[in-house]
Amino acid sequence: MPAALRGRVLAIDGELAIVRGERGDVRAHAEPSWRPGDLVDQAVVVRPFPGGDYPGPATEVARLPRRRLALLEARGRALAVVRRFFAERDFLEVETPLLVPSPGLEIHLDAVRAGDGYLITSPEYQMKRLLAAGFERIYQVCKCFRAGEHGPHHASEFSMIEWYRGFAELEAIIDDTEQLVAAVVAAVGQDTQARVAGRVIDVTPPWPRLTVRAAMHQWAGIDVAGDEPAAALVAAVRAAGIEIADGTAWDDAFFAGFLARVDPALAALDRPVILEDWPAPLAALARRKPGDPRTAWRFEAYVGGIELANAFGELTDPVEQRARFEHDQAIRRARGREVYPIDDKLIAALAEGLPPSAGIALGFDRLVMLATGAPVIDDVLSFAAGEL
Amino acid sequence: MYDTSDIRKGLKVLMDGNPYTVIEFQFVKPGKGAAFTRTKFKNLLTGAVVERNIRSGEKLEPANVETRDMQYLYKEGGDLVFMDQTNYEQVTISADLIGPAHDLMKDNLPCTVVFFNERPVDVALPTFVMLEVTASEPGVRGDTSGNVQKPATVETGATVGVPLFIRVGDTIKIDTRTHEYVERVAK
Repeated sequence: MPAALRGRVLAIDGELAIVRGERGDVRAHAEPSWRPGDLVDQAVVVRPFPGGDYPGPATEVARLPRRRLALLEARGRALAVVRRFFAERDFLEVETPLLVPSPGLEIHLDAVRAGDGYLITSPEYQMKRLLAAGFERIYQVCKCFRAGEHGPHHASEFSMIEWYRGFAELEAIIDDTEQLVAAVVAAVGQDTQARVAGRVIDVTPPWPRLTVRAAMHQWAGIDVAGDEPAAALVAAVRAAGIEIADGTAWDDAFFAGFLARVDPALAALDRPVILEDWPAPLAALARRKPGDPRTAWRFEAYVGGIELANAFGELTDPVEQRARFEHDQAIRRARGREVYPIDDKLIAALAEGLPPSAGIALGFDRLVMLATGAPVIDDVLSFAAGEL
Repeated sequence: MYDTSDIRKGLKVLMDGNPYTVIEFQFVKPGKGAAFTRTKFKNLLTGAVVERNIRSGEKLEPANVETRDMQYLYKEGGDLVFMDQTNYEQVTISADLIGPAHDLMKDNLPCTVVFFNERPVDVALPTFVMLEVTASEPGVRGDTSGNVQKPATVETGATVGVPLFIRVGDTIKIDTRTHEYVERVAK
């Protein structure tokens, strides 16, 4: 029994038209009056249109690949799952400004200028002010902007899920992360398998854990203390057979080793990994572990080699926070990068009192990639930068 | 000078005195680490491929590489003679530089020739050429399943594998990158 449907005529192929409706692209009987671009409501479906080139000139709509529509639908469902997840865990959804005077002071992040200020690189500062104001469990899904970032896992404008728990430790955030990822993957895909580069990764909680030092020792043969001089770490990286220039900074030396050896090893695992206990120099906004000042309360979630989320046991000491911001400013100045102002209102909020908190930023676009198996971030954006 | 935002496929740069062209690149940035572009370069003289991480802020030196649209004229021993159509200047290029596709070149074929410091170092052919089949045995009936092929000689003298239905006098489309038959072209 042929079905009639509503949709837009993408192309006409003699007797048949290709019509995009709610259930995908189909071949339908073409009425003589139809032209590409027409909206029709009585198309008589002949058979599905599986893809391939459009016969004849096609509409602008047709140029958005069909596969993208399915991915955007998955993205919408994933967002609904995220909101339900946080509602069930009694989190309040908040919205903080995207346009701010101080965009986040990190040595390696460049902000996008807008008007008299900048677009946020993360909603962290304002969300912490809300924590200080008395909220205990807050989350938001918002756009963040980082200048000059474009690659298979990077878009200059992207979506972040960021959440905080007051009076909580990182352990609770790890549980949130594992459960959230499993819920989204299960709802969007068919099972508990995330997909990366054609491989499947079982995201069933709990996830294996590994310290950064153990990972660097095991896969790179590099022992990282956290307080050694940069030159010593450079020598260790070189001894591991990795090309590195003299005078390389401590953090750059660390990542030279990490990206050459640990990153590919993480990518080869069939389970996600919670990579924890980061050396203190790599955690500007995190508390130090009691009894171990060389280690910070920080973890990252890696799934199939994709850096999905970064979490901190939040630094609550305003004096220490200002000192670290000034340190980062000095480094940016020395490297000839734009120096952003310190967010005094954040420091003031810390001074008034931020409860012991833990928080995390998780890349929503990357989560959708993992749930759908999309290989590049542009696939899960409605329109990528190059399509505007 | 170029920086990392200029990196794209085909960019020509000078490294250690050698001209390279970018064949692949990927933006890499760990959350808390420095951004760089993992880049594969092909040496335009030797064909060797090297991978380098170019950090954001690092500079690359442009190579004195020029590309000129030229027309293939004729063969001369193991060399091929090309002409620049804007100034009628002729250059002789060794067939080795062109590789296996050199026998798919018909007179007047438009090509792009790459010069490094005024010396030709690479020739880019059109991806597809249309050539007439001048000799081929008739196909054996009954064995048409799968990808059964037979050899055919085309007007330039090259031999390519073709499906059994191809006959002398047919024009076929050949991929110059793979030296393989693509399809029969309607006359």
